[in-house]
Amino acid sequence: MQVTINGKNYDVEKNTTILKACKDAGIEIPTLCHDDRLSPSGACRLCLVEVEGWKNLHTSCTAICKDNMVIQTHSDKVIKGRQEVLDLLISNHPLECLTCEKSGACKLQDYCYEYGITEGTYRWEMKKPYFDSSNPFYNFDSRKCILCGLCVRVCDELQGTSAIGFENRGFETNVATPFNEGLINSTCVSCGNCVSVCPVGALEPKSKEKFRYWETRDVRTTCSYCGVGCQMDLVVKGNKVVDVKPAFDALNEGLLCVKGKFSYNFLSHPDRLKRPMVKKDGVFVETSWEEAYNLIVNKMKSVKEYYGSEAFAGLTSARCTNEENYLFQKMFRAVLGTNNVDHCARL
Amino acid sequence: MMTKERMDSIKEVLKPKIVEKLIGEDKVELRGDEVVLKGEYYKKQVRIALKNCDIVDPTNIEEYIAFDGYYALYDSLTKKKPGDIVEEIKNSLLRGRGGAGFPTGRKWDEAYRYQADKKYIICNADEGDPGAFMDRSILEKDPHSVLEGMALGGYAIGSDQGYIYVRAEYPMAVKRLEIAIKQAREYGLLGENIFGTGFNFDIELRLGSGAFVCGEGTALMESIEGRRGMPRPKIHRTAHVGLWGKPTIINNVETLANVPVIINKGYEWFRGIGTEESPGTKVFALVGKVENAGLVEVPMGMTLREIIFDIGGGAQDGKEYKAVQTGGPSGGCIPADLIDTPVDFESLGKIWSIMGSGGMVVMDENTCMVDIAKFFLDFSVEESCGKCVPCREGTKRMYEILDRITKGEGVEGDIERLEELSETVSSASLCGLGQTAPNPVITTLKYYRHEYEDHIHNKSCPAKSCKPLIKYFIEDTCIGCTRCAKACPVSCISGKVKELHVIDQSMCIKCGACYDVCPVKPIKAVSII
Repeated sequence: MQVTINGKNYDVEKNTTILKACKDAGIEIPTLCHDDRLSPSGACRLCLVEVEGWKNLHTSCTAICKDNMVIQTHSDKVIKGRQEVLDLLISNHPLECLTCEKSGACKLQDYCYEYGITEGTYRWEMKKPYFDSSNPFYNFDSRKCILCGLCVRVCDELQGTSAIGFENRGFETNVATPFNEGLINSTCVSCGNCVSVCPVGALEPKSKEKFRYWETRDVRTTCSYCGVGCQMDLVVKGNKVVDVKPAFDALNEGLLCVKGKFSYNFLSHPDRLKRPMVKKDGVFVETSWEEAYNLIVNKMKSVKEYYGSEAFAGLTSARCTNEENYLFQKMFRAVLGTNNVDHCARL
Repeated sequence: MMTKERMDSIKEVLKPKIVEKLIGEDKVELRGDEVVLKGEYYKKQVRIALKNCDIVDPTNIEEYIAFDGYYALYDSLTKKKPGDIVEEIKNSLLRGRGGAGFPTGRKWDEAYRYQADKKYIICNADEGDPGAFMDRSILEKDPHSVLEGMALGGYAIGSDQGYIYVRAEYPMAVKRLEIAIKQAREYGLLGENIFGTGFNFDIELRLGSGAFVCGEGTALMESIEGRRGMPRPKIHRTAHVGLWGKPTIINNVETLANVPVIINKGYEWFRGIGTEESPGTKVFALVGKVENAGLVEVPMGMTLREIIFDIGGGAQDGKEYKAVQTGGPSGGCIPADLIDTPVDFESLGKIWSIMGSGGMVVMDENTCMVDIAKFFLDFSVEESCGKCVPCREGTKRMYEILDRITKGEGVEGDIERLEELSETVSSASLCGLGQTAPNPVITTLKYYRHEYEDHIHNKSCPAKSCKPLIKYFIEDTCIGCTRCAKACPVSCISGKVKELHVIDQSMCIKCGACYDVCPVKPIKAVSII
């Protein structure tokens, strides 16, 4: 099939959305409620495009390309439509960018900048404020919520928990837990995937660090909590991890669990062991890796000689990779000569 | 099992008895061989969807059979192929009576030709427009016509399961439907092997929970599936991917009530009524400031004048007729000088209004058009599902502007802002609710712009309706009868018998009670300024 986008012809596959066709053609279309992994919603109305022969503007995320379709992605009418949508959104959004943690990574902020929306024409009645800080890992601030529905859909369609949904209608619509009993009393498993997809500052981690996204750099790493191997980007300010973002181009496809998403504070915790310790005269003292390994090897040898192989038992961790666990059991079976080996994930 | 012979014998015995009884009560008369309701109000009406209403007993299936009920289903199942029914409806040019006027036959054809292991047919009985009760009357007074229409639709598209989505606020309709479904099952007209033809079809009721937006087809399906009623993005036709992902036909109550009659009498007969592009009749709920309010069913193409004046008797209390709103909150206000417009899908569209589901609200000289726009928009604001931005945020802002204008707080630029918002909300909203919500504002701005300007620039309401902009004042012609002082609920009128009375403006709540009771003629001593 062929479509014309902004005067240029492109070949597209059958059943391609206009949004996808534009993306493939390198044309940027603003979206707030779209996520390739989720069913299309058509809620934010920002990805509007003009299609020749169609009366109204159409959301490109929900419109399928037809042969010989003529599409305009940045006509005056489209720009005006997007500006109006952004104007309506920002009119009902607190202008707290100076103190908002999301500043610098907020899509609403970016698009308002791109489309020249300064403060909102209709700053009259605002959304009723509702805060939910009952979850130990993240906060919800309804004032900043733009009701894109990504959190609700990711919780339902990808996480499979369905802890949150919409309540009320029209201007009073809100994201809420059943019977408004708070996140802590809901079925929420604190995976934080809602926080990861929130395009604005409505869902924010309970960060202990103050940082701006432009001060940070991303460091790709593998989550060390279990053997799945989720990829994530550590958001690092100076030499400190201040946030974690799931990687989209990896097997976890933009998802993490509560550990990967939120449990990184141990990295720079003062109690964290950074060097091997050896007990001397009843007190642990720092030592070198060489001395520590020597001590272990010597003790193993003497125990094996004196008591035999069955005196050993090894317990490893699900936080190790499969390869590490393999090596561990290999060492116990082949080197120490025992099958007494297990790991903590048997629980 | 029901047979033709059994239906014939029911008809033969029962029909003369019913007609005799109704004629005895002076309720009906014969128009040719048709039994129609008697009276001036019904003279100009042509009743197809309402043909049995107030004539048959809705709780007795035999009375429906006596008036040719289920004959269309019998003939179709025994003599016609599903494709023939689709062709018949296509040829009839029957258009959806729920509001949009999409050709029913074309819709059916889509589902008929789409291969699937399961198909559904839904009756949309979530009638929600303020002041509209067309569907309610059919459901309460002639539920079997809807069941038969659905069964015919089911046979045509190849569906064995129907749902009626009816609002819970219609308890009588729900009850009558329950009785009708139960009786139809008992008589073998629903269920398995209908008329011994091997055709299976059953109907279940689903009750709405008060959301107007659930009248939108895809939101209705979400609701039946047990989710929050929010419209789906329009990626596929519901005739291909609808309820539970299966091909689904969704028709309005009135549309379905037309189907058995068309099958019985043929499409040529149907096309002989109404206009070329909009054949048949339409039921309207004629309400508001009209002398004879009620349901009217008239051929398409009848002028507004005939409906409002000849049937409705014009504006109430001898007041001057000002405008009519058609199509409910999604419709437009049509001014008095367009009263000779024929009522059909095309003609109403040309003057910026819509047919809608059939609401027809008549307004008199004391109706403020800004206030009316505000009233309908308030409804849309309340009923927006909250999913898409233009409808959720835009209608609210439009309402806020209108509210300020009617309070005398309108400012320069408000009209332009309203126009811009109308454009955004109507062109960028997800579903029909949002796309049509600005219509009352667009049409009143088009036809009554001066009223908006008066409110904003002169802080006055020409219809003398917006309370913050009017003052009650007693003129020198007062005869001192004291009636106004007695009627005043806040006792802010003072004056002795046979002397000029005075209103204390600081206390007046502008209820208008003094104006209503003032007996001075021909011009009341109480004036509104």
